[in-house]
Formats: sequence, C-alpha cells, structure tokens
Amino acid sequence: MKGGEAIIKALIEQGADTVFGYPGGQVLPLYDMIYNSDLNHVLVRHEQSASHAADGFARASGKVGVCIATSGPGATNLVTGIATAYMDSSPVVAITGQVPTHLIGNDAFQEVDMLGIAMPITKHAFQPKNSTNIPAIINSSFEIAKSGRPGPVVIDVPKNVQEQDLDDDIANLDSFSKLSFNTPGYNPTIKGNPRQVKKASKIIAKSSKPIILAGGGVIISGASKELKEFSELIQAPVTTTLLGKGSFPEDNDAYLGMLGMHGRKVANLSLDESDCLIAIGCRFSDRTTGNIADFARNSEVIHIDIDPAEIGKNVEVDVPIVGDAKNILNSLINNIKSLNINKINENSAEWYNDTLMFKKSCIPRVTYNETPLKPQQVIKEISNALDDDSIITTDVGQHQMWAAHFFNTMKPRKFISSGGLGTMGFGFPSAIGAKVAMPENDVLAVTGDGGFLMVCQDLATVKDYDIPLIICLFNNRKLGMVYQWQNLFYENRLSHTDLGQTPDFLKLSESFGVNAERITKVGETEKAIKAAKKDGEAILLDIVIDKDEELPMVPPGCGITDIIGEYKIENDITGISGGLSDTNDVIANKKDGD
Amino acid sequence: MDSNRKQNNELKSHVISTLVENKPGVLQKVSSLFTRRGFNIESITVGESETKGLAAMVIISKGDEKVLEQITKQLNKLIDVVKVVDLDPNNSVKRELALIKVKTNNEQSRSEIIQHANIFRGKIIDMGPSTLTIEITGDPNKINALISLLINFGIKKIVRTGPTAIARETIL
Ligand SMILES: Cc1ncc(C[n+]2csc(CCOP(=O)(O)OP(=O)(O)O)c2C)c(N)n1
Repeated sequence: MKGGEAIIKALIEQGADTVFGYPGGQVLPLYDMIYNSDLNHVLVRHEQSASHAADGFARASGKVGVCIATSGPGATNLVTGIATAYMDSSPVVAITGQVPTHLIGNDAFQEVDMLGIAMPITKHAFQPKNSTNIPAIINSSFEIAKSGRPGPVVIDVPKNVQEQDLDDDIANLDSFSKLSFNTPGYNPTIKGNPRQVKKASKIIAKSSKPIILAGGGVIISGASKELKEFSELIQAPVTTTLLGKGSFPEDNDAYLGMLGMHGRKVANLSLDESDCLIAIGCRFSDRTTGNIADFARNSEVIHIDIDPAEIGKNVEVDVPIVGDAKNILNSLINNIKSLNINKINENSAEWYNDTLMFKKSCIPRVTYNETPLKPQQVIKEISNALDDDSIITTDVGQHQMWAAHFFNTMKPRKFISSGGLGTMGFGFPSAIGAKVAMPENDVLAVTGDGGFLMVCQDLATVKDYDIPLIICLFNNRKLGMVYQWQNLFYENRLSHTDLGQTPDFLKLSESFGVNAERITKVGETEKAIKAAKKDGEAILLDIVIDKDEELPMVPPGCGITDIIGEYKIENDITGISGGLSDTNDVIANKKDGD
Repeated sequence: MDSNRKQNNELKSHVISTLVENKPGVLQKVSSLFTRRGFNIESITVGESETKGLAAMVIISKGDEKVLEQITKQLNKLIDVVKVVDLDPNNSVKRELALIKVKTNNEQSRSEIIQHANIFRGKIIDMGPSTLTIEITGDPNKINALISLLINFGIKKIVRTGPTAIARETIL
C-alpha cells in the first residue's frame, strides 16, 4: 500500500466520505488513488472554496470537513478558509501536497513552506516524512480537529511520501483506527472544576439581574437543551454572539437577540444593566463587547469555556470554569437545583419581567411595503419561506448582520457565518459544503454582490454536482458595510466602495447553467424560494435592495450602549426609545476620545 | 456591584520553564507565538531534557500577572508543549554561560585579567598572542559585573547563552 492509498483508507475509516479539492502536480499520486476509490470528491473551482466548503460541511454537520489542494499556490489558496475555520473553531482537516522531500528547502517549483504558513492559523500541522506514519497522522488530525476546542489541522504530504510503500506491518492492518500519533501535550479539560461550579451557583443564586451570553461553544458542545433548561431554571434572559445564533430558540420569550457592535438594543442595554453575566463558550471578541472598559461594568462575570486561554484574555472574570459547556451546564443545573430555587427566582423575577417588557417595547420593524426593497423585508420573507431545519449561510457585510437580526434561527447549526475573520467569499462556498453534508435540509446562502463576485466561479460546481442551493444575492451595487463606515466615520468620502458596473447576475448565472431570477418587489422573494424548494434545482435570486438602508451600530471604541441609528420600532411606544444617544453626539464623543 | 476582578499590574521578569517535544519547528512555534501575541522575550534557551524525545525550553519574559497568565495558557495550547511551569525565583536557580574574548596588550594586563577571572571563578579557555578567552557561568548579574571590569582592557567579543534555570526541588 502506498501513502496516497493510506490517506484515503484512513479518511474513510474516520468517517470522511466526502472531500472538497482541486488537483495539481504535487498531489497527483493522491488523486490517482482517488480515481478508483470510494471517496466522494467534489471538484471546486478555486481552492478557497474548498476550504470554505469543508468548513461549511463541518459547521452544518458537526463532523470534520476535509479539503485537498496541491502544493504552493493551491495550498496558499486554502489559507483564507483555514484561517476562517481557526477563528471560528471549526474542525477542518486540510491536506496539501508538498514537493518531494529531497527538494524541500530548495525553492523547488511550487514549493511553499506550508508548515510555517499554517503555524499561526491551525491547531496543529503535520508533515509526514514517511508514508508509514500517515495513518496515525490522519487519525490524530481528526482527533485534534474535533476534540477540545475544535480547529483546523493541516497535513502537508510530500509527493514522494504519497508514492512510497508503507511498512508491511502497518499496511497489512485491517483497520488503522487504533493508530495514533503520540501527543503528550494535548489533553483538553472536559469536566468543570466542582469548586468553581459551586462558587458560580452561589453567585447566580444571590444575583437579582442575571443574564446569559451564549457563544458558538454552546453549539459545538451540543448544549442547546441544557442552555434552555438553565435559562428557565434561573429565569435569566439570553443573548448570543453571532456564532452563538441558534444555540437558543429565537422565538423564546427570554431571547433578547444578538449582542455587540451590531447587537440589538435590548440585548446591549440589558447586559449593561445586569449584575451577573454567565458567558458560555464565547471568547469576548471586540465585536461582541465594544469598549472593554465599559463591558459588563455592573456584573460579576462567570466564564465557561473549554479553552483556558480564552478565560481572562479579554474580559477579567470572577469565576472561571474550564471545560465542555454541556458538561458544566449540567453540573450547574444540578447544583442550583440543590439550592433554594424559589428564592433564586424571587430575586430575579422583577428583572426578568422588565427585560421581557423592554424587549416587547423595542421590537425592530421588519415589514416594509416599499421599493426598492428593504433588506429587513427580504430577510423576513426568507424566514417565512424556510422551516426550522433549513440552514442559512451568510457572507460578510450588511446583509450578514440583517440576516443575524431577522432570520429566526430555532436550532443549532442552522445559521452559519464567518464571525472571527469576517471573510467575504465565505457565504456561497460554505453553503455548498453545508448542502453536501445535509442533503435533506434546505440550504440558502445570503450574500452580497461584493462577496459573491469573489467566489462566483463555483456556480460551475453547483451545476456540475447538481447541488440545489438557493442563493439570495443582496444587490446594492456597493460594498455596503464599508460604504456605511465611510459615510459615518470618514465624512462620506466614499473611497472605492461603489461597485460601479456589476455584471448582470442573471446572465452570469445562466452562463453557468444555473437558474436565476431578479427580485424587485415585496413578496417575490418568498414566492421564489418556495418555488425553488419544490423545483429542487439551484437558483440565484438577484435581489435589488435599497442601497441606502443602514445598520444600527456601536461605533468602534464605544461602549455597547452607545448605539447609533437604531431600527425603527414595530409598534412605536412613544418615549421608549428615548435615552439612546443621538448619532451625532456619539460620533462627536468618539472623536474627542480618540 | 464591587468586583474582585483586580489584577496586579506590576511588571516582573518571569522564568518560564517548559518541556516541549524535541522536533524541528517547535522553537519557531514558541517564538512566533510570543511575537504574534505581543509578549516580550528576554531570552530563550533550549536543550535536551532528561526525557528522551523532550526538550527543556527556558524562557525569560517580562510582564504583569495578566500577561504571564496568557503566556502560560497560550503555551499550553500548543500541542508540542507538554508542560509549562512559572518558576518561583525564590526556589529556583538561574545560570548563564558567557564566553568573553579580551585584549591583552602586555604581560601586566594579562595577569590582571587572569586575576579578575579567578575572583569570579571564570576559566581561561583559550589564549592567543593578543587575546585571552574567559568562560564564565553564573547569575547574569555576576557576568555583567565581570564584563564591566574587563571593559577597561578592551573586549573583542562576547557571546552569552541567556539564562537557563531549574527549580530547586521539583523535577522541572
Ligand atoms: C476578503 C475580504 N475583503 C474585504 C473585507 C472588508 N469588507 C467587509 S464588509 C465589506 C463589504 C461587503 O460588501 P457586499 O458583499 O456587497 O455586502 P453588503 O455589505 O453590501 O451587504 C468589505 C469590503 C472583508 N471582510 N473580507
């Protein structure tokens, strides 16, 4: 058995039946083995799409996503997707070709130091120098990618190692599954320290204004059921980070919406008011916290995370609990149940009711009748046309935030978005991965004209493999998010954010053989999606939206209560929206402060 | 609510003793982690440890409590890092090796230099027509003191390893 075959056998034994890849010189031996194998290989049209698709596959399914690229330019094209997966803790195994071992270091044709490049953007990187090590390395890569805090792993395989015969004792094994690479330094903590759990329970019990902040870690650990039970038990409202979306059912009364720079007013103000913040599986990104000096200034902070390095990194914490969210939530629930729960609920009843009242008083308006279409209205129609099991992925920009606000996510792994790296070009290929992973679920990509143009070549993949995606392209002919920043913070000097002559997306799509439809009126989006679901073929909806609609936001450097341009309220109860800072005030303050 | 989230912000020099897998690239990984996260490295020494396959890496870094906590946590996150200990300065010994090549203009300066070296328990390890080379190990302050004496004679070259350290009682 040769190295290339060993890769395939080990992948299949690990349960990876699908890989996203693009061939080239230094992976020819591997591709030659794929030719006759049981591996399902999806040929993307750019390696960046391979890594994003593997990531989308992983996020949608909870399994490890795998991508393959050749050495040099193939490997570097994967990098953006690998870094995206790293920032969002997504389990991806990336296999790259490398020049033969005797040429490594000689600047051989298509040589790049992939181990060096991978170092800061992966959990770990391997380079087998001997084919006999391949099975153990693949097994360990999967273990490292998915355990503890998940993340990407790179395996850089020199061409001659792919061709080299394995030693017989390994090659003749029926199964590789027992082999692994010795990693004495890798030992994630799963169970929470009981003393810390007790300490946290006491603080929660005496608090009168508790709030829960749920991050992507809740979804990764599969702790959504426990989160709901916990919130009900202690009567605490729940807000989430962008990646935490779906960890808590969004139709639940206790759900306040997303927190942070583009957070909901009710979430940001409530967190500021709370006296006890229970943060679960989140890393307190600056997009979530706003100015850290003002963040949770009235609260004792309990931070639960599987990665000890996240605790105390950005926000100083009163009670750190290291371990798996599900495990710790169960311990917390048991611990609190042993305390006087009536008393706990009495403490926080007033806060809980007030918060829910406040939420009702400032529900943003989503229904609009006008043209050009308002993005809020479009997201609402998308929500209406899909069911709870549908998956949406987003690109990065204004449309991403509108989706985060108004797409009602009811279950984990149904909202997939590039949070940490904010990678334009993520939305469409990650949807390809998600649909391949979950063929039974409807998958819809929400994307912008800017981001889609970065990866539109993969319409070919969609057509070639008959992947029935629905692509909702929010067409505003500009790089909306950046345009908004220039407008707000650079005196409306709109430097290079007007996309000018965008292609005719209908013709573009049709040239790839993918159906397309232009949407300009209220009701058409919902209708088109419902029709596409029945039709079972991929479709691109070119949705022409109001290019002047802006997102409410917290200006950089401000505390999360300094929201500007708040949404219009659904049932305006006069006076309620008072107290918010005036846009110009906040910007003036910000300038003074800088 | 008053919070006990108070930290000690005093900058201190810390000796971080680690056991890492003895493989190519590990030193790079550790040092690039320091660069990327903006931690400071005063010195770093690596060598084989008592355990086969593992190397002992001793890093000296300055920072406040919060920085130190992050350094140890981020180091621990690296899969090649097996163990990380922040050595207690009161309960560990720290030594550095320096080789110093000094000019010897005449017999008198030659014997004076040898005397100085002896007082500091340095060893003369090489001698040429116009230079002497001294090997000295010890606390970095002691090495600095010897250097400041030898400067008057004219120093041609100094190479120093940077301090390495070991706890007095524990294994690491
Ligand atoms: C790869 C990459 N390049 C640049 C950016 C900076 N950026 C963030 S949002 C944005 C605009 C996105 O425009 P579009 O895709 O049209 O979406 P919109 O904001 O208009 O909804 C840009 C350029 C980025 N996030 N990623």
